[in-house]
Amino acid sequence: MTESTAGESVATQTPTKEALLSAQGLQKHFPITKGLLKRQVAAVKAVDGIDFDVYKGETLGLVGESGCGKSTTGRLITRLAEPTAGKIMFDGKDISHLGTGAMRPFRRDMQMIFQDPFSSLNPRHTVGTIVGAPFHIQGVKTPHGVKRAVQDLLKLVGLNPEHYNRYPHEFSGGQRQRIGIARTLALKPKLIIADEPVSALDVSIQAQVVNLLEDLQNELGLTYVVIAHDLSVVRHISDRVAVMYLGKIVEIADRESLYSNPRHPYTVALMSAVPVPNPRRREANQRQRVLLTGDVPSPIDPPTGCRFRTRCWKAQDICATTEPPLVVREGDAPGHQTACHFPVADNEEVAGRTAAA
Amino acid sequence: MPAPDAFLDVRDLRIHFPTDDGLVKSVDGLTFSLARGKTLGIVGESGSGKSVTSLGILGLHNKRNARVSGEISLDGTDIVNADPETVRKMRGRRMAMIFQDPLSAMHPYYTVGHQIIEAYRVHNNVSKAVAKKHAIDMLGRVGIPQPNRRVDDYPHQFSGGMRQRAMIAMALSCDPELLIADEPTTALDVTVQAQILDLMRDLQQEFNSALIIITHDLGVVAELADDVLVMYGGKCIEYGSAVTIFEEPEHPYTWGLLGSMPRLDRGVTNRLLPISGNPPSLINVPSGCAFHPRCAYEARTGGLGTTTVPELAESGRGHLVRCHMPVAERKRIWNEQVRPKLEATS
Repeated sequence: MTESTAGESVATQTPTKEALLSAQGLQKHFPITKGLLKRQVAAVKAVDGIDFDVYKGETLGLVGESGCGKSTTGRLITRLAEPTAGKIMFDGKDISHLGTGAMRPFRRDMQMIFQDPFSSLNPRHTVGTIVGAPFHIQGVKTPHGVKRAVQDLLKLVGLNPEHYNRYPHEFSGGQRQRIGIARTLALKPKLIIADEPVSALDVSIQAQVVNLLEDLQNELGLTYVVIAHDLSVVRHISDRVAVMYLGKIVEIADRESLYSNPRHPYTVALMSAVPVPNPRRREANQRQRVLLTGDVPSPIDPPTGCRFRTRCWKAQDICATTEPPLVVREGDAPGHQTACHFPVADNEEVAGRTAAA
Repeated sequence: MPAPDAFLDVRDLRIHFPTDDGLVKSVDGLTFSLARGKTLGIVGESGSGKSVTSLGILGLHNKRNARVSGEISLDGTDIVNADPETVRKMRGRRMAMIFQDPLSAMHPYYTVGHQIIEAYRVHNNVSKAVAKKHAIDMLGRVGIPQPNRRVDDYPHQFSGGMRQRAMIAMALSCDPELLIADEPTTALDVTVQAQILDLMRDLQQEFNSALIIITHDLGVVAELADDVLVMYGGKCIEYGSAVTIFEEPEHPYTWGLLGSMPRLDRGVTNRLLPISGNPPSLINVPSGCAFHPRCAYEARTGGLGTTTVPELAESGRGHLVRCHMPVAERKRIWNEQVRPKLEATS
């Protein structure tokens, strides 16, 4: 990564490799009950045993299609949901099963940005009340009063501090998302989980919010986990990226390594599916595109062995019997882990098509 | 761009809505044409008037609350002034629409098959059995497995991608000559999006229909469109071939859209180059050029931007731009300032 050459502020943080958050064997099964006695008959295996670390100062991107468990993962690490198994370590402490009260002090350090700026702000409260709420809830004393603190936050996210007394409906989508970000920053958290922070916004506004998130990270030394389905946005803001499929992480690596040398067939397919804004390359793109057939299997009864095998063009017998471990494959950059028995090699013919460059 | 072989010809289309807060000019003087077998991409942000345009072409605006003027001619038949019954007969058979959200566009109470059969029988005098066979045929064509079984399923039993396929089957059931797709893949995952775009491309070739694709995703436009029309504040601000719009765009708004978008086909840029400010409210459209409050080059117009609406003028062959800056200056700024920044990687 040879960034920041143009003198502009960019994500230059070199992760100190000190894990701020660490998930081990994290699992969330939602029970499906039946009958009067609510007997559990099955479970939706939304997140089914994932391990990852989030290092201080970095941005970890979490990508995958709808239903892959990325949002549930976000809710688990912020403890908005209780894991059914596994462990979450935050700043060296185990927070996997803390109750609401015991969790409260940790909430100062861990905040969330939500997808929809229209439903995540209470329409009956003013901006001042919304952004000031964390101070009241946590009982934090601000040196010059809450109003001043809120106005400073509004200025920080690029809003007019005089709009303190306005209501959310008086703002546009992008401005509302800024209000949500100001609220998130109120308690100076260490970790921010952003669940699809820009997908509800217009294209030109998306870029504004992405730049704002980057600036805030540089200024305040924040650590992000960004959950998104847009692979190009994730590549732009992340230092490392994890790809999820059906409740599992199938590949995790540094951004450069993952995007230039994807190893898991699912990652290859996912990347080749992104439309490229270059009409001259249209035909070439179509030739190189890996078209996955069918739909994602049900997380209630996922396939045995490797979960992607039902849609994978490289699947063989072993894929149905043995689940591939998430490990570093030979010749890959350190930290580039892939869960696949037959990872895709460089310049390989992919599904009868030449591998996308 | 007057095209002699135009199948759809829209001239000076205006769609205004009188409201208590004032007149909302959702579409204000839009002109374009489209030939059979060709695809037009309409790009714009929310509130730019792109969806209102598509509903206007289908004649779906209620005359009581919308004022539609101008000309929309489909293969020589005027739609704006035609009586509702004529337009109703054309809708479905000669022109059809694929909506963004198939779950809300389909009736949850009826089976998917029923809804395709209904549309087919309105326009074709055939028995239910024949229509059902046709529905199964169409579902198979759009790639739904076991169509003879799935035809009796309800929309909620379909996955998102399959629902969108069923929606396409419904739209294509009467071989329409004009197909309008309003954000057809926005609600879908990328892998499913790739499948659907592939399908639309194949079907268009097969039926030789004219296709309008409305989207905010420039990637989707680049995949499908022959021509691109960029809308801002109800007006067309740039119109040209897809290659021109992506390689030699001349309007600062188009530059902004391109700069706002991270791209997988290029190295990582240091920073995105967004457009400042917010999209305009259609009740209080800024005076002069609607884009001037957000335009980085507004000062170069010598105050003209705040007072006068620029004309949509030809800049090159078939390339129309609505901007006060002289053509040479726009080309220079794009080549010397904007393009290098967009292509710069870290």
